[in-house]
Amino acid sequence: MDVIVSQLFTGASTGAVLLLVALGLALTFGQMGVINMAHGEFLMAGAYTAYLTQQAVSNSDVSLLIALPLGFLVAGMLGLLLEMTVISRMYHRPLDTLLVTFGVGLILQQVARDVFGAQPKAVASPTWLHGQLDLLGYGYPVTRLFIVTIAVGCLAGTAAVLKYTALGRRIRATVQNRDLAETVGVSTRGTDRVTFFLGSGLAGVAGVALTLVTATVSNLGTSYIVPAFLVVVAGGIGQIKGSVIAAFALGIVGAFLTYYTSGSLATVLTFVLVVAFLQIRPQGLFTVRTRSLA
Amino acid sequence: MKRFSTLPALNLIGIAALAVALLVLAPAVLDDFRLGNLAKYCCYAMVAVGIGLAWGRGGMLVLGQGMFFGLGAYVMAFHLKLEAAGPDAIPDFMMLYGNGTMPAWWEPFRSGAFTLFMVVALPATVSTLLGLAVFKRRIKGAYFAILSQALAVAFATLIISQIEVTGGFNGLSAFTSFFGYSLYDPINQRMIFFITAGLLVAMLLVAFQLYRSRFGELLIATRDAEERVRFLGHDPANIKLVAFVIAAVMAGIGGAMFVPIVGIVSPLDIDEVASIGLIAGVALGGRATLLGPAIGALAVGYAKTSLSETFPGSWTYFQGALFVLVILFLPGGLAQLPSYLGRLRPARKQKQVPALQAEGAA
Amino acid sequence: MNLNTRRLAAVASVVVVGLSASACGGAKAGDSASASAESCVDTSGDTVKIGFLNSLSGAMSISEKTVSDSLGLAAEQINAEGGVLGKQLEIVQEDGASEPTIFAEKAEKLIQSDCVAAIFGGWTSSSRVAMRPVVKSLNSLLFYPVQYEGLEADRNIFYTGATTNQQIIPALDFLKNEKKIDSIFLAGSDYVFPRTANKIIKQYAAAHDIEVLGEEYQTLDKGEWGTAVDKIVETQPDVVFNTINGDSNVAFLEEYDAKGLSAKTIPIVSVSIAEEEAAAIDVDLTGQMTSWNYYQTVESPDNAAFVKAFKAKYGDERVTSDPMEAAYTSLWLWKGMVEKADSFDVDDVIEAADGVTFDSPEGTVVVNGDNHHIAKTTLIGEVQPNKLIKTIWSSDGPIEPDPFLEGYDWWDPNGA
Repeated sequence: MDVIVSQLFTGASTGAVLLLVALGLALTFGQMGVINMAHGEFLMAGAYTAYLTQQAVSNSDVSLLIALPLGFLVAGMLGLLLEMTVISRMYHRPLDTLLVTFGVGLILQQVARDVFGAQPKAVASPTWLHGQLDLLGYGYPVTRLFIVTIAVGCLAGTAAVLKYTALGRRIRATVQNRDLAETVGVSTRGTDRVTFFLGSGLAGVAGVALTLVTATVSNLGTSYIVPAFLVVVAGGIGQIKGSVIAAFALGIVGAFLTYYTSGSLATVLTFVLVVAFLQIRPQGLFTVRTRSLA
Repeated sequence: MKRFSTLPALNLIGIAALAVALLVLAPAVLDDFRLGNLAKYCCYAMVAVGIGLAWGRGGMLVLGQGMFFGLGAYVMAFHLKLEAAGPDAIPDFMMLYGNGTMPAWWEPFRSGAFTLFMVVALPATVSTLLGLAVFKRRIKGAYFAILSQALAVAFATLIISQIEVTGGFNGLSAFTSFFGYSLYDPINQRMIFFITAGLLVAMLLVAFQLYRSRFGELLIATRDAEERVRFLGHDPANIKLVAFVIAAVMAGIGGAMFVPIVGIVSPLDIDEVASIGLIAGVALGGRATLLGPAIGALAVGYAKTSLSETFPGSWTYFQGALFVLVILFLPGGLAQLPSYLGRLRPARKQKQVPALQAEGAA
Repeated sequence: MNLNTRRLAAVASVVVVGLSASACGGAKAGDSASASAESCVDTSGDTVKIGFLNSLSGAMSISEKTVSDSLGLAAEQINAEGGVLGKQLEIVQEDGASEPTIFAEKAEKLIQSDCVAAIFGGWTSSSRVAMRPVVKSLNSLLFYPVQYEGLEADRNIFYTGATTNQQIIPALDFLKNEKKIDSIFLAGSDYVFPRTANKIIKQYAAAHDIEVLGEEYQTLDKGEWGTAVDKIVETQPDVVFNTINGDSNVAFLEEYDAKGLSAKTIPIVSVSIAEEEAAAIDVDLTGQMTSWNYYQTVESPDNAAFVKAFKAKYGDERVTSDPMEAAYTSLWLWKGMVEKADSFDVDDVIEAADGVTFDSPEGTVVVNGDNHHIAKTTLIGEVQPNKLIKTIWSSDGPIEPDPFLEGYDWWDPNGA
């Protein structure tokens, strides 16, 4: 089998997972400038939602489909709660937000460990996701295809909301010039709240999807959070399309590096590549021209 | 300058008090085991002094100090490993994991002098290169924080992947002596404690001088209004670079002392989680003050040990709550408490520590 | 300014004087470790303290909690039988927090502050190598209950899990002689056990006409196994030898399953998946193989009693696994050594260790006084649909421990 084909597909799978995780960050960090380190724990909340749904429904063929919107709601509500109690008090202190949300993440992880135990929970994947699809001679796993579909769906949804709805216009207005938006009557506080709900909810969806490929454990989010932030930074703040390209680039480059070097060395090299890339483009791939993001 | 007029004396008294507590009181009342613990906290406190400089005074949230801590620690561990192996012999783990040969670049670490030089030079060089790259390109704020964190992950992963020369995930351990002094001897362990505590006091004195200097003023100015500093004809990148490099060197020295004290260094001690853990003490003590970071780090170290002895697992809740409560409600740390109380009595207002947020250049 | 500079110099010189004063009088290296602290173990009362050191928090708590539980069962049973040399065991439990540094610190605390007679615990190789210098320098005892990479024998440590010639090499013999494999693929976590195990496997393979088709590692916390599984699909080995540890196994096996591989197409032999881990993996593992020295399904009166007692104490849904059994056995072996020596003194216990036996759940085990390991029977198992593991092949009786593989002429410690 052709190495190029197989690693492009495997890399695209990783890229889709990264995109799904980073999409929520692209909203909360990219649009609002809030560094939410608890985003990883919202993934975990989504994953445990999938587990609980499966316990309740017991039919694994449908439980996943129910869990997707549920995960969105659970993580979204957690995000809303976080925004209202903590983040809203510190919009003028973005770096401090990072540390506070890291603390929140630690607490959420320990809560999950105390509630669900340290042992990973088994979440069975639906039977209709078993098997492979033959693409250019490569047996592409249907689960991975499903994740790509969810990622594309979330992406399209987010883009549509931003572009075509009144809410999206308010979000963009707030990003580009908060004071001016306020002046023309946009409730920037309300906009922030809804944006944060959406961004956190996307993490919940990503968490549900992650149960298909990895262990449902309390520290699920920790290994995704740093690469996801790198995706948003490399893609350029405030630009969803930048995150899309960055996620797939990171995934595919990572796959090829893993193929030709080793798993751990590939991690090192991709991170170093991103840092080097920011030397060339300190603002990321795409930049929004605004006065407020200096 | 007037604003700080009462601070130097107070700070010097504080340093002296801490020196007495560490160098006289602690050795008198603590048993060997607890003194060893305190020595470990002192290593974290050294890193904290540097973080206080870079973050508290310079506004750079350094989320990757574990990397510099690790550079110092691994340099020292290389030397101690060779010392344990004996002249001309190679470290035990290289025979276990590798093919029984030692790479040439390990050889110079047999020399104690070279090792001590590298403990300082390696973090300094890496931080200079990194700082030049980052600050000259005006990468700052959140971007800088995330990049420094990513580099800590990359560095720890690199150590894990190069098991034949770094000991990998297991780290390096089983040292026998420290520059000729047996590590098994309690008297020598005390000696190492005194060196560590002495270094911490020395670093506080360095920070004290820096904070009072023109550079210290410029650093705060850069933190609060970088553009204005630029307009005044200074290059903020250079100012930040100096603070960043000094912080890195302090972290490196802390790391180097950590190794003979704890007897092991592994990637878990230097990765992104450990790095962010180093921030906790600084936030608690008061990031912008001179003594706050060090005292905070000592307190957090002590809390971690004692909490984990009483309730396993509770440490995570405590650390999480510490980040949330302190940073949300007391961004100036515990050092802010007196001025909080002082604010109730307007007469004492001039004793406030330098404010965290831009007060607007007047 | 001048005044302050002078004051600064004064403080600095005090520090320097303090340092140099304290630096006098310590032993130089090579003066022997005689200066190390005298044992403070208190045997005057009717109890004696022992330490359990397991990760109750952090990534390894999943596995190590189970070891702590089974040690607790052994202590309870020993106390019910009248204790050790007539003294009841008093347990000091410490949390290693999945960090080697904490293991080193807590081991020191247990020995120096709590004055325990012996420490039981550790799981990862990193936790063991972190505790090793501590127990050595303070001349105490560590009982380590987990299969490991071998190539080690320490006077102050007893290893009650398997060394490589009791787990990995018999598994290779089984694959070669029973399954007639010609090729093998190695997948492992990026740390010392998989690296060393694979070094042994590669040399074995070279000497036995088995082709190694690939060797892939991923860091412990990373779940990205896509490329590695692609390589397995690409190279079509007869078997995959899996040394992946912990949660990462879930990601690997999900990927394996998603790409259409199973026990029927390319079977896997795992050496770190036991009953506890298998239950948490939501992929069909039926028919996949493992190599251990104990399974819950082992049929013997001793094991039946052990499983029954364990479930009675901790709940019916709990399972028993190899490291749990090895930990349980380790406490009983220490009791045997102490009673043979008629003393709690570390040197006396080590002196008496050779030949001490215990009818353990895995069968009768004997302590080897030379290398401090124990003779164990290797059992190749097959995962059942209910996630328990059934023995399908066993070695001819207990295999003598050979941690340095001196009895294997194909082994070259400095080879590739």
